[in-house]
This record gives sequence, structure tokens and C-alpha cells, in this order.
Amino acid sequence: MSAVIDTHAQDHHHGPAKGITRWLYTTNHKDIGTMYLVFSFAMFLLGGTMAMVIRAELFQPGLQIVEPEFFNQMTTMHGLIMVFGAVMPAFVGLANWMLPMMIGAPDMALPRMNNWSFWLLPCAFLILVSTLFMSGGAPNFGWTFYAPLSTTYGPPSTTFFIFAVHIMGVSSIMGAINVIATILNLRAPGMTLMKMPLFVWTWLITAFLLIAVMPVLAGVVTMMLMDINFGTSFFNAAGGGDPVLFQHVFWFFGHPEVYIMILPAFGAVSHIIPAFARKPLFGYASMVYAVGAIALLSFVVWAHHMFTVGVPLAGELFFMYATMLIAVPTGVKVFNWVATMFRGAMTFEAPMLFAVAFVILFTIGGFSGLMLAIAPADFQYHDTYFVVAHFHYVLVPGAIFGIFASAYFWLPKWTGNMYDETLAKTHFWLSFVGMNLAFFPMHFLGLAGMPRRIPDYALQFADFNMVSSIGAFMFGATQLLFLFIVVKCARGGEKAPAKPWDGAEGLEWTLPSPAPYHTFTTPPEVK
Amino acid sequence: MGVHTIRAGVLAGGLLFPVWSMADWALNMPQGVTDTSQEIFSLHMTILWICVVIGIVVFGVMFWSILAHRKSEGHEPAHFHENTTVEILWTIIPFIILVVMAIPATATLIDMYDTEESDLDIRVTGYQWKWRYDYINDDFGYFSNMATPLDEIYNRDDKGENYLLEVDNPLVIPAGKKVRLLLTANDVIHSWWVPEFGVKKDAIPGFINETWTRVDEPGIYRGQCTELCGRNHGFMPVVVKVVPQEEYDAWVVEQVAAAETERQLTQKDWTLDELMARGEQVYNTACAACHQPDGSGAPPAFPALKGSAIVTEDIPAHLDRVVNGVSGTAMQAFGPQLSEVDLAAVITYERNAWGNNTGEMVTPMQVFEYKSQQ
Ligand code: HEC
Ligand code: HEM
Ligand SMILES: [Cu+2]
Ligand SMILES: [Cu+2]
Repeated sequence: MSAVIDTHAQDHHHGPAKGITRWLYTTNHKDIGTMYLVFSFAMFLLGGTMAMVIRAELFQPGLQIVEPEFFNQMTTMHGLIMVFGAVMPAFVGLANWMLPMMIGAPDMALPRMNNWSFWLLPCAFLILVSTLFMSGGAPNFGWTFYAPLSTTYGPPSTTFFIFAVHIMGVSSIMGAINVIATILNLRAPGMTLMKMPLFVWTWLITAFLLIAVMPVLAGVVTMMLMDINFGTSFFNAAGGGDPVLFQHVFWFFGHPEVYIMILPAFGAVSHIIPAFARKPLFGYASMVYAVGAIALLSFVVWAHHMFTVGVPLAGELFFMYATMLIAVPTGVKVFNWVATMFRGAMTFEAPMLFAVAFVILFTIGGFSGLMLAIAPADFQYHDTYFVVAHFHYVLVPGAIFGIFASAYFWLPKWTGNMYDETLAKTHFWLSFVGMNLAFFPMHFLGLAGMPRRIPDYALQFADFNMVSSIGAFMFGATQLLFLFIVVKCARGGEKAPAKPWDGAEGLEWTLPSPAPYHTFTTPPEVK
Repeated sequence: MGVHTIRAGVLAGGLLFPVWSMADWALNMPQGVTDTSQEIFSLHMTILWICVVIGIVVFGVMFWSILAHRKSEGHEPAHFHENTTVEILWTIIPFIILVVMAIPATATLIDMYDTEESDLDIRVTGYQWKWRYDYINDDFGYFSNMATPLDEIYNRDDKGENYLLEVDNPLVIPAGKKVRLLLTANDVIHSWWVPEFGVKKDAIPGFINETWTRVDEPGIYRGQCTELCGRNHGFMPVVVKVVPQEEYDAWVVEQVAAAETERQLTQKDWTLDELMARGEQVYNTACAACHQPDGSGAPPAFPALKGSAIVTEDIPAHLDRVVNGVSGTAMQAFGPQLSEVDLAAVITYERNAWGNNTGEMVTPMQVFEYKSQQ
């Protein structure tokens, strides 16, 4: 008996393997988390480069840099890479690193599957990016790939795109199963559901959303595959099919998808604001219920993306009311964050700066979302730059700022070193100004009548487009600074204590910094 | 204020002025010229103000906390983390605001969906990348193509006032009449939008969508396609000319007569030169977007016609491709879109332009016979 325990003890003390095999074969949640984060940042830079191409072409009216075909490929790939390559993997990376440490578990519940779900991703994106070099070019039908533009009229590379989406989907579903298994089975004794940190809660709910909708995405691309290669007519009107069916199925996936990209950020911010306000989170229970309500409602609002499609009046009204309703739990969350800050003792290190900007700018995105929910008004907003402004306000300062805030917050725990605060603050301010300069004018452009997904525009839109492009270049260039800061921090710097932030709470801060390769091999007791 | 500051200000102003004076910096949605667009505008302003007020309250509290409750000010943190009353209040109040907002929105929506009792019906069909307007009551119709020359788009020429928002044949409708639009599409999904009317509706293959408008103010109104529809999505404007009833009636008579003369042209004896001249025009409006003005295409998506085997040798195959299209590709069936004369002209043009000099001619009668055999 004692011999068995001994070998175990030794097991736990071995460090990572050496060289490339460490990364290829690893089942360690921290290694896998790191790989997810690195991958996602690489994709963020790639998708960002494409955004720079878009903004460079839109700098002035007229066609200067790229042809319309290539422009369409850029918008499509930019959207797909940002959504599936940058934001989603970043949150899975954070989940890998933090969930076990937050719930007092030694690792994820299914470590081998964890390795597999990561390594599928580079394969999927290799396929997706390789379509740029195929004859006929990459997908050019928008990240929403509406049929029949993407089926009957799609480029030959569409089949590869479908394959890539399938692989990403498999990866996401496995990741989600892993998250659920971990949270439900590996919590430290005493950690009841209503004692779980919010990041754990939001990820649990996100994982259920993923399992519910990724198969729907797989279904819709499979129908496309059949239409393209096997002569079916799901979406081909000439063969008795229905192009609108595509949109219903796509958005049944698509709307929950946008919450998949924001809920984990809600969770992270709910850790960061209390830490720097030195005051417990206001309304923990209502935060949990609000996330639950948002997740449930997200299944019954999909047709708000289709107000101009010709949905019958009753349907139109239903989806308008349901969408307006989502504003209520979202509002509750914002109020709670503000109430947490209220009468705290705040300091503004980089994580807090990003978190506060998150609350402000995400709320602005929420406001334009509320405007878009008003169906009659959406007839004017739909498919214009107003929508582009809206979703970038929820995605860039929402998802992306949430990720930056988390990264700065937990970098000391990951690397054992403090990051360079001055540089991080510079990163914040340049991002903040660049982001607003890039995306705020898009509201005006959309209201004035500029459609989205166009490579060239009428002269009255010239001024704001130029401003927007300048902001975009500024935002884009600034992200290289983030790379520098992280590399610098990983390589050395002021040593971080176990708990570098006064007000931070949670099991992860009971561990030394950097967190050892294996943690919580015996579960801690939660009271 | 120092001299330097003033100088810097003047310099910045001087640098920015040209940008500032270029165009209109429009900030808001146009109020528009129809009842619908005005109702939408007022909904838009209401919800905007609601957001602004909520924003001021929420951000007000937040900024005040940020300024007053900071550690560097020596503020001690409070410890409260719950308050059921407040939490219920800030759930109920937004809910009530939304209900209040939903009422006028519902009314407007019902109004927008009421397409009954129209004075005039027009079928709007989206094609890659042009619109077709069919006046169902009067039995004529025509295509509406963007009129902005490539030279302006590729910056070889100065851009005109209505750059990208001008067409050869606008949709013409009478002022003060309820016009019902029946929208559909021939290939992919398009969306027909005129901001000033508050009308946007998708044109979907296999579906007929309905919408309506009534414009009292004669004038020219411009919009664009708003659903990504392929390469030239950004280049398919919508232009509507609203004219007084009498002018409209006269225009309809003219159009009906023109359609008749067009039909008679099929009988006429055409020479190669006449067909070539007409063919060049047809080609540039109907085919050049894909096959390029010089016939070089954009392979592999759009094949070159210059030197193509079908275009230089096989006449029946050439007729077939143009009249029936190639199903499952962007090559549409032009048989129903173009008159016999135009079909003959464009085929003849392709067989003789860009060094394809076959010397062969396809006459309108040949096309007519080919079509009737099918
Ligand atoms: C929307 C784009 C588009 C437009 C507009 C268009 N074509 Fe085509 N065309 C195509 C495509 C795509 C093909 C290739 C079809 C295939 O796969 O066989 C094609 C093929 C052809 C061919 C056969 C060429 C060959 O060598 O196989 C001819 C002839 C032709 N088009 C003539 C025309 C004419 C005449 C017009 C104008 C009246 C026209 N096209 C307008 C897209 C277009
Ligand atoms: C680096 C800063 C970014 C810039 C400058 C930028 C710019 C743009 C622009 C100009 C468009 C509109 C293209 C068009 O309609 O013609 C666009 C589309 C889009 N962007 Fe971004 N973007 C940025 C970051 C992001 C991020 C972080 C995300 C997601 C998380 C994102 C997701 C999308 C999506 C989904 C679309 C829609 C694509 C489509 O129309 O199919 N973007 N972006
Ligand atoms: Cu949605
Ligand atoms: Cu279009």
C-alpha cells in the first residue's frame, strides 16, 4: 500500500518533458492552456492583419489596393479567424489554466482528450488558411456564409472550408465536454455550486451552449456539403430547396455563439473588478441567474438577424420582444459591476483598466444592440456599418479586452514574474483610443447609409472612413506591444508573490507563483 | 496661452481643414420622405435618448466612484455585497422601459407589413449585379445597371457627385401613390434598400417578398444593395425617380411603345457592323462585370471569352451558354433577360471582338428560332 502511494508521490514531482514532445504529447492543463493562448494570439494577429487590409482599402473611396474578390475573401477570413481562431480558443486557454486551479482540481477531467482537442485546431486553421492559395481563392461569402452564395455560387475551396469548420466544431465540443466534466466532478470538497467562482460558472454555462449549438453548425455545413457535392437541394430554390432555411439554422447556432464569445469574459471581469475595488462582488447570486437567463434566452432570439428576410409579422414581433428581454439580465450584470466599484477602494493597474473599459464599452455595444432589437428601426440599421460598429463594440472591448484583462491579471501566476506596468498601461491607452477611433465613427457611417461588406463607397462616407482606418492602424500596431510585454514578462522581471493583488480572492492565489507544474494533487478544503 | 499653442492650433486646423470641408460628416439617420421612414426615425431617436439617459446615470455613478472611491484618495472599502430591494428595482425598471418602447415599435411594424390596397405593383428582381424592374400592370420591364465608369472606380478619372450611386435606368414611380414592391432574385440573395423611404427588404431566389412605399415628394432617391451578393455587391445601387402622376403616365406610354419597337427590331435585316455596335453596348452592361471588357475574364471563376473554343467555333454551344446559362454557376440564362436583338448582337460581338475575328454573324431571327425550338 505504502509503495503505491510512494510512486504516486514521485509521479507528481516530475516536471515537464523536454523539447517538442513536451508540447505534442502533453496532457498537462497548464501546457495546453499555454498552447491555446499562444495559438489564439497568433490567429488574432493574422485576423488583425486582414482587418488592416480591409481598412487600408477603405481608407479612401475608389479601389486602390485589392480587387473586390480579394476584399470579400479578407472580410470573410477576418471574421472566421477572429471568431473561431482568436476569441474562442483564447477562452478555452484561460479555462484550461484557471478552472482546475480555481476549483482545487489537479488537472482537467479528461487530459488526453484535452491534448487532442487542442491539436485539432492548428489542423483546422491550416486547412482554412490554405484556401487562400487555392484556385478560385478563399471563401468570399462572409463569415455567415449564406446560401446560395456559398453553395451554388461558392468558390471550389468551399468544401475545404466545410471540412475546417467540422474539425473546429469537434475540437470545441470536446473542449466543452471536458469543461463540464471537470467542473461537475473535480471540485474541492466544500465547494458547492453556489460557491463556485464566477469564471467557473460562466464557463459551465458556455460549455452547455457549445454542446447545444456546435452540432447545429455542423448540420448546416453538412447540408451545404451535400448541396455542393452530392446534388441535394436543401438550399437551392431551383431544386425545391429553401435559402431561408439556411439562415434559420445558421443563426440558431449563431446567436448563442455570440454569447459563447462573451460569457467567459463576464466571468473574468467579475473576478477582476472586486480584486481592484477591494470589495466583494455585488450580487453574486443575481450574477449567476443573469448568466443563466441570458443563455436560455439566447436560444429564442435568432431571427433578430433576419428582420428583413420576410419573417411573418407574428414571428417578427416575437423575436423583437425576446431580444429586448435579453437586455434586462445584461443590464443587471452591468449594474452589479458598477455597484461593486461603488464605495470600494480602487486602484487602476492594467487588468482593472481593461476591466473598467470593458464595462463602459461593452455597455455601449449593448445600447446599440438594444437599438437593433427594435425591429422597425432595424430595417434601417440592418447590414450597414451600424451593425459592424455594434458587434465590434461587444467583441473588441468585450471579448478581447476581457481576455487582455485576464491575461494581465493572471500573468504573475502563470510566469512567476510581474509584467511591466508602464508598458501595460501604454498598451491599454493606445488600444482604448485606437479602438474607439476605429469603431465609433462606424455608427455614423451606418446611420448615414453605408452598407457593410463593400470594398468601395460613395463620397459622403469618405471622412469617417479615413478616421476609422487611422484608428484601426493604431489599434492594430499596438497589439505588437502586448506581444512584447508578455514575452518580457515570461523571460524575467520582478518576482511575483503568491497573491500579487490585494483584493484578489480564490484558490488560485493560495498557490505559489509561478504555479507549479502539478497543483492541488490533494484537494484543498473549502469552507 | 502661449504663442506655441496658438501656432500649433492654427497648424492643426490648417492640416485638418481640407478633410473637414470634403464632405458632410453626417451623424444621424436621415429622417426620410415617407411616413414609414419618419416613424422609424422617431423610434430611433426615442431609443437613442433612452440609452443616453441610462448611460448618463450608470456611467455617472461609475465615474463618480472612480474619482472618489480610490485607494489613493484614502478611501476605505465598504463591505456590502447584496441588496435585494435595489436588485429587484433595477430588474423591474428596465423591464418597464422596454414595454413602453415595444408599444410604438409594434404599431410601426404592423404598418410596415400592411401591403394591402396598392395603386401599383412592381416586381423587383435582384441579379448578380443589377436590378430588374417589371411593371406588372403595364407589361414592360427593364434592367437597372450601375452607371459609374470603371475609370472613376480605379481612380483614373475624377469621381462624380453620385459616385457609385448612379444607374442607367432608375425605377420610376408616381408621387403620392401606394406602390407595392414584389421582391425576388434570380441567383443569390440581394437586398433592396432606399434609406429615405425606410424600405429595406431581401430579394431571395424562390421567394416573393412584399413591401410598400408611398412617396409624396418628387425627386431622385438613392440606395444600395445591402446583402452580400458576390464580387460586385458594392456596385449595385438602387435609384428611384419619383415623378408627378401625369409625368408618370406619359413615361409609361413611352415605355410601352419602346417595348413594341424593340420587338419589331427582330424582323429587321441587320448588318455585321450594326450588330457589333449594339453588341458592344450590351456586352459592357450585361457581361463585362464577369468576363471583363477585354474578354479576358477572371479565371478560374469567370472564363475568358477571348480565344475560347465555344466562342470561336461552336455556334450552337455559344447560343446555348448565353440563352440557357450554365446551371449551378454564375453564368445566368440570358434568354429571358435580353431581347432577341440583344442576344444576337452580343453573340456576334463576342465572336468578332478582341481578335476573335470569326467573321460570323448570328441574326435576331436565328436566335428567335433557336429559342422557339426549345
Ligand atoms: C455573373 C457573372 C457572369 C456574367 C454577368 C456573364 N457570365 Fe458568361 N460565364 C460566367 C461563368 C461563371 C461561366 C463559366 C460557366 C461554366 O462553368 O461553364 C461563363 C461562361 C460563358 C460562356 C462559355 C465560355 C466557355 O468558354 O466555356 C460564354 C459564351 C458566356 N459566358 C457568355 C456570356 C455573355 C454573352 C454574357 C452577357 C450577356 C455573360 N456571359 C455574362 C459568368 C458570367
Ligand atoms: C483589430 C481590430 C479590428 C478591426 C480594425 C476590424 C475591422 C473590421 C471591419 C472594417 C469589418 C467590416 C468588413 C466589411 O463589412 O466590409 C469587420 C468585420 C468583422 N469583424 Fe472585425 N475588426 C477588428 C477586430 C475584430 C475582432 C476582435 C473580431 C471578433 C472577435 C472581429 C469580428 C468581425 C466579424 C465577425 C466581422 C464580420 C465579417 C463579415 O462581414 O462576414 N473583428 N472587421
Ligand atoms: Cu443574435
Ligand atoms: Cu448585394
